[in-house]
Amino acid sequence: MKFSDFVAVEAIRPNIVATSKEGVIREMTQSLVDAGKIASNEMESIVKAIMKREDLGSTGIGRGVAVPHTKHPSVNRLIGTVAISQQGVDFESLDGDPVQLFFLLVSPPDRPGDHLRALENISRQLRDDTFCKTLKEAAGPHDVWRLLEEADAQSIAS
Amino acid sequence: MMFGDCLKKPTRRASPRDLVMNDQPIESPMNQTHSREVIVALEQGLHARPADLFAREARRWQSRIEVVGNAQRVDGKSILDLLTLAAEEGTRLVVEATGPDAREAVDAIGSLFDQNFATEVESVSHPNTTDPEKQPPGDASGEQAVV
Repeated sequence: MKFSDFVAVEAIRPNIVATSKEGVIREMTQSLVDAGKIASNEMESIVKAIMKREDLGSTGIGRGVAVPHTKHPSVNRLIGTVAISQQGVDFESLDGDPVQLFFLLVSPPDRPGDHLRALENISRQLRDDTFCKTLKEAAGPHDVWRLLEEADAQSIAS
Repeated sequence: MMFGDCLKKPTRRASPRDLVMNDQPIESPMNQTHSREVIVALEQGLHARPADLFAREARRWQSRIEVVGNAQRVDGKSILDLLTLAAEEGTRLVVEATGPDAREAVDAIGSLFDQNFATEVESVSHPNTTDPEKQPPGDASGEQAVV
């Protein structure tokens, strides 16, 4: 599943201000509300569900990357967004490093395959150090989007 | 009894000489490779949480651990690598370990699959949006509403 299939371009935040795990999740969920991708009255429920998932084990998968996510019945297709923290946030990552790159995913409960394929794409791209580095240096939402599109084009070509 | 003894194949055991050689013989326990096929039985596939459990278990062993499946060969000690398998329910994978503790490593990882990564992985309930009273566990208060 390509980035452009699930990332809401209007919700990309290249310079989030939150400094805590819940703060980041809240800011990213709010960005999806602002982009009209999730209903505002579902926001609290989604934030709680994502935090509950984090309680089971951090989605900070190392290399300065976290993939907070949940299933939620209020969405009918996988939606996601990207955020970047310039200073890094303590996300209780598996390798202990602060997290700078966040991919937040909300998927319908009955579509586990889509979720898995989104994770696959994110993981595949994030193994590339150049991709991570360039993403962290992106100046604005459209820079981020352009990089994601480029990554999509490369994964089709390969 | 004598006849039975004759049928036994001589087995090669590591001699002290093996240990001082720089190039270890292929039969050395240090180089043993062990593998096992496993099937992903998780309804959600091998998603982030079980991939985490897999990689954690794999990192406990000295052996190199690789996973083959979906036309890929990935590092079993890396969550990122495991997630790129996109192994859905029903996917067949081969767990392959090479090193001094290869057999133990494969057995340990195999039992994760045998136990279907314990029930906790799948027990993440869907949030009930119609029930505003419902509290997630692990609230900052540390209190449990229901014991």
